Amino acid sequence: MSSPKSPPNNRPLSPFMIGPYYKPQLTSMLSITHRLTGMVLSAGTLLLAGWLIAIAGGPECYASYAAHVSAWYGLVILFGFSWALLYHLCNGIRHLFWDIGKGLEIEAAYKSGYAVLAVSALLTVAVWLLACTN
Amino acid sequence: MSLRSPLSQARGLGSAKDGTHHFWVQRISAVALVPLSLWFVFSIASLPGASFEQVSWWVSYPAVSVTLILFIATALYHSMLGVQVVIEDYIGSEALKITALLASKFFHFIVAAASIFAVLKIALS
Repeated sequence: MSSPKSPPNNRPLSPFMIGPYYKPQLTSMLSITHRLTGMVLSAGTLLLAGWLIAIAGGPECYASYAAHVSAWYGLVILFGFSWALLYHLCNGIRHLFWDIGKGLEIEAAYKSGYAVLAVSALLTVAVWLLACTN
Repeated sequence: MSLRSPLSQARGLGSAKDGTHHFWVQRISAVALVPLSLWFVFSIASLPGASFEQVSWWVSYPAVSVTLILFIATALYHSMLGVQVVIEDYIGSEALKITALLASKFFHFIVAAASIFAVLKIALS
């Protein structure tokens, strides 16, 4: 007995926001960056887990982990991670306001978009100034 | 006129049998993560020197241990929900999608369990 097959779906799909069909816009770029930083942060939870496991493993274990963190590549990753977290945090707050129906007008969405870029950059600088002065 | 039964409407679970639960818990965890993430980032940044003695003392301070565990659990829960949406959005093949969803679920539970165990080991030793 053969199961009935539905006809092939040839209906057009709306194009993805990144590609030849749409002009790049601040709003769409911030949107995809929100997803990208989210994915980066998900993978980055391994860094946090590794750090805690290294501390739990004792002084020698921690020293070998800390050597990688304080190397140039470790600092680059950590800097990127801190910005990704603060960006996702700021843009996440923007999303929460949208969820309650606030700031959905185009002008407001652009304003809050620029605010997210500015505040996440400022917070990242503040965090690293704090880290460097300690 | 709706063709849905009154019971189905009252439950509000729709065709996915899940309703708005996923949406809602993603928002609740997001709200919780606002103070937790800020606390985490600025605490890590202000750990002077980050020597082994410093960090293990910091992690084992009771209020810090508890807040760290809350941060880890909430962040990984929120991450699991977010990764799920991305997989559902971009992976078309049903077999690959279910495999990726399972892999993501396992990954998040393993990372959460290992991280929380590490905090407890540091705090209680």
